[in-house]
Amino acid sequence: MTELNPAGTDAGTLIRLSAAQLAAKLAAGEVTSVEITRACLDRIAQVDGGERGINAFLHVNAEEALAVAAEVDAIRAAGGPEADALHELAGVPIAVKDLIVTVGQPTTAGSKILEGWHSPYDATVVARLRAAKMPILGKTNLDEFAMGSSTEHSAYGPTRNPWDLDRIPGGSGGGSAAAVAAFEAPLALGTDTGGSIRQPGAVTGTVGVKPTYGSVSRYGAIAMASSLDQIGPVTRTVLDSALLHQVIGGHDPKDSTSLPEPLADLVAAARTGNVEGLRIGIIKELHGEGYQAGVENRFNEALELLKDAGATIVEVSCPNFQYALGAYYLIMPSEASSNLAKFDGVRFGLRVLPTDPPLTIERVMAATRAAGFGDEVKRRIILGTYALSAGYYDAYYGSAQKVRTLVQRDFNAAFEQADVLISPTAPTTAFKLGEKLDDPLAMYLNDVATIPANLAGVPGLSLPGGLADEDGLPVGIQLLAPAREDARLYRVGAVLESLLEAKWGGPLLAQAPDLAGAPALEAQEAK
Amino acid sequence: MAAINRDDVAHLARLAHIEMSAEELDRMAGELAVIVDSVKSVSEAAGADVPATSHPIPLTNVFRDDVVGHTFTAEQSLSGAPDSLDNRFKVPAILDEA
Amino acid sequence: MSTDATLSFEEAMEKYDPVLGFEVHVELNTKTKMFSSAPNVFGDEPNTNVNEVDLGLPGVLPVVNRTAIESSIKIGLALNCSIAESCTFARKQYFYPDTPKNFQTSQYEDPIAYDGYLDIELADGTVFRVEIERAHMEEDAGKLTHMGGAAGRIQGADFSLVDYNRSGVPLVEIVTKPIEGAGSRAPELAKAYVAAVREIVKNLGVSDARMERGNVRCDANVSLRPHGRERFGIRSETKNVNSLRAVEHAVRYEIQRHAAVLDNGNPVIQETRHWHEDTRTTTSGRPKSDADDYRYFPEPDLVPVVASREWVEELRATLPEPPAARRKRLQADWGYSELEFRDVVNAGVLDEIEETIAAGASASVARKWWMGEIVGRAKNADVDPGQLGVAPATIVELAKMVDDGKINNKMATAVLDGVLAGEGTPAEIVEARGLAVVSDDGPLLEAIDAALAAQPDVAEKIRGGKVQAIGAIVGGVMKATRGQADAGRVRELILAKLGVEG
Repeated sequence: MTELNPAGTDAGTLIRLSAAQLAAKLAAGEVTSVEITRACLDRIAQVDGGERGINAFLHVNAEEALAVAAEVDAIRAAGGPEADALHELAGVPIAVKDLIVTVGQPTTAGSKILEGWHSPYDATVVARLRAAKMPILGKTNLDEFAMGSSTEHSAYGPTRNPWDLDRIPGGSGGGSAAAVAAFEAPLALGTDTGGSIRQPGAVTGTVGVKPTYGSVSRYGAIAMASSLDQIGPVTRTVLDSALLHQVIGGHDPKDSTSLPEPLADLVAAARTGNVEGLRIGIIKELHGEGYQAGVENRFNEALELLKDAGATIVEVSCPNFQYALGAYYLIMPSEASSNLAKFDGVRFGLRVLPTDPPLTIERVMAATRAAGFGDEVKRRIILGTYALSAGYYDAYYGSAQKVRTLVQRDFNAAFEQADVLISPTAPTTAFKLGEKLDDPLAMYLNDVATIPANLAGVPGLSLPGGLADEDGLPVGIQLLAPAREDARLYRVGAVLESLLEAKWGGPLLAQAPDLAGAPALEAQEAK
Repeated sequence: MAAINRDDVAHLARLAHIEMSAEELDRMAGELAVIVDSVKSVSEAAGADVPATSHPIPLTNVFRDDVVGHTFTAEQSLSGAPDSLDNRFKVPAILDEA
Repeated sequence: MSTDATLSFEEAMEKYDPVLGFEVHVELNTKTKMFSSAPNVFGDEPNTNVNEVDLGLPGVLPVVNRTAIESSIKIGLALNCSIAESCTFARKQYFYPDTPKNFQTSQYEDPIAYDGYLDIELADGTVFRVEIERAHMEEDAGKLTHMGGAAGRIQGADFSLVDYNRSGVPLVEIVTKPIEGAGSRAPELAKAYVAAVREIVKNLGVSDARMERGNVRCDANVSLRPHGRERFGIRSETKNVNSLRAVEHAVRYEIQRHAAVLDNGNPVIQETRHWHEDTRTTTSGRPKSDADDYRYFPEPDLVPVVASREWVEELRATLPEPPAARRKRLQADWGYSELEFRDVVNAGVLDEIEETIAAGASASVARKWWMGEIVGRAKNADVDPGQLGVAPATIVELAKMVDDGKINNKMATAVLDGVLAGEGTPAEIVEARGLAVVSDDGPLLEAIDAALAAQPDVAEKIRGGKVQAIGAIVGGVMKATRGQADAGRVRELILAKLGVEG
């Protein structure tokens, strides 16, 4: 694990510190929240915009973020009970995926249909960030309505991968992952329906967690597939994910699917990592054929490290995972087709009038949705409408719900044999922008290892596993635990992270190209 | 399972209230046919005895007490409205006979 | 608007056998909405009894109102239904601007209550059992106002305005099984059924049950088949039938319309019809474009409702006496004849009589006043008898004055009119008008002598045993005393004078 409080408070150092490190410096009075927040905002200004910018942010919330930072600094400076009551992460800035509604900032979901829309209410997770007094830097880019694995389906242009600007940062939460990887923000929120936190984490060399379904309130996350969606942390370290999960998690009476029990001490789990005597299960179906060689190599090395640290590696089989992708691509579009029906130009957002008469509300709705939704969204709405329509329900949606039961049974059986499961997060490293844009099916295959966790509701964590030999790009390792056992992910993840960082001699992101050092012009000419 | 064709897509687009050009319908039909083909194994995966799972984590009886909470002012309600009149949302005619 | 052909009701009945079905929507009177904490209040400023959930804004989630579940279970129990051990919500999907999410959260495969029945008593006492298929929970839509064009109609409107205050109000939809065998009493049964449902939910206290406010709304399904055929005909579903009278008229009209269609050898079209109270006709409704495929699926944002048997029994224990049982009990307690009691029920003064008796009047006095005096006045004033403004205490006071011989019945009626005119309490009016029964027998005896002398033939008849002829003499005395005499006392004195046993 990295040093808790390294020296230095210059902007270049601050932006590279983890949230835990920043929190320690804030508590020690070595730095102010305004300094940290300003450093992040400066970094955003430096690397996010322009032709070859990262484009992680759709909206930068500088004024409000600095105001919150100044408030925290004032409280800390004044001392007394209010200062003592400050949350550990108070003053540590964060970026929020633009699928999550925020008062005072626009929320677009990456779609034209919501362009300029301001929510009159805050998502529960946002309210909790505010309660913890964490400055919100802005809203991050995503595939439209979180539908995609590359962030290329954003109506506001793709986000670039900080490791290689011509590659995708994963999706749908490419903006949050890239913002964290490019040192624009120490923390970010993502949402994960089929891997939208974990796969971007994998391809950008960051940590991402999809908590147990119901661990974090979905209230205010614009729903794609309600029974699969889950908000989670996007960070640079396992401990930071635990810290953030602890802020946003726990029961919310506004979400009927929110778990009633209090959250376990996840931070303690991350701080007391231990794998001694732990059984770690390799899922036979989630590696090998179809997985890039460099991904396999890093995955196998991680297993060796865990074995050396005292874990027992076992192999488990989840035969029904072969149906998981198919079931996912029936359940997800079905629920999405219904959740997205409300975008109709009546109450909020875009309204487009038909070009020819008659001007009826039905035609206005259809014209609005035609103009406001991108191709991938339309594709999924049509697919979902099909899967739910009379005569097809049983064969499609009904069958997919049964597969869900089978996937759950596979997990139950696997967790009899192993305490946590392990697999590569994604079959490949980041692919090139545009490479899979015309092949939806190839794009969908990228989620093959992450989807089972969403179907079963179990938690999953992706952490950097190193760089692939053939392309030098980050590889993600995924850990999966039984439902409600999120703490196990942090316990094991923290160990694996420290073993790997010891091997690399520091965080993987230290090896990422220095964006500030590569002038935009030069890069443009190279293109 | 039946293959999905252009007319199916046109019907689905009507149900989903998305206007589509002829060209879009053709393209969508082609793409959906591939996707539907790839997911068809799902319908044969589970036997009749396997129950459906609609919620990944089973909970029951999550209720709210019947206590009044916050409300919006009309201004707040209409803050995102594309069109409004007299504190109400304004929409074009419902029938085509004006 | 073209007018549909109809057959006379009698002819329709000669040729065809009607089958009915009802979907009655009951708005619950919970404090908050079905799935949001916004207030469930009628008639406030538009779009103010809403929050983000009722407007279906991006990101919102529903949470079920416990009281709405309990009210639904109570309705199920009152309809003699089984209560589902476990039930779920489902999304019914169609685009309409009054439906903020473009789906209605409802129940589909597993309603909270199912397989019940209701015994409906018709005006002549015939009891008809209506089988209940299910009662399920759902949410109401917002309210559309159509602007431009003719008088708020959707046809010809230029645009519409939407108020979402009603959006999310809890509804219970009660669906009957097909009702066969009602024959020519179908329209009457229709009205009686909806009245019974309304009475039950009002009695349970779970709904304000005011039809004029849409608290109880009825969709009536009608189909005809030739006598003797088992297979049902094609049905129409008439919406917007929102008064008891309208239910009766709409069913009658649809029977006559179907009969004419069938008589012409045409098939009835399965469609939605809209009821128009002004013309007492229905017109064809525009079929919703997606009505054929609602794409129901389990609501993923809500978890199942599990009604433990203990919970159900707890709720059952809180149920008030069912209206039908109450009527049986009251009739026995009051000693009214079948006919008397039915008249009371049909006049809609059961509650009022019960209250009047509770206030101290005898059952017969209460009935005499309500049925004999107040119902007629209410009819003239075109209001419900209970709304006329006669307090039970007023009747008790009037009856006591008559019993005490302070005033007679005729005076009491006049005093009642005074009360209704706002002149004060009965005592005040008696005082102010100087009303008092002439109780000194002296002047009465003079008047009796005069009356007997004026009608000697009548006096002779009475002497001969025809006591019923006494009315003419009593009338003469009352006229002479300008109504100030106690008619009972007058009668006694006449009989005594003539030496006849009353």
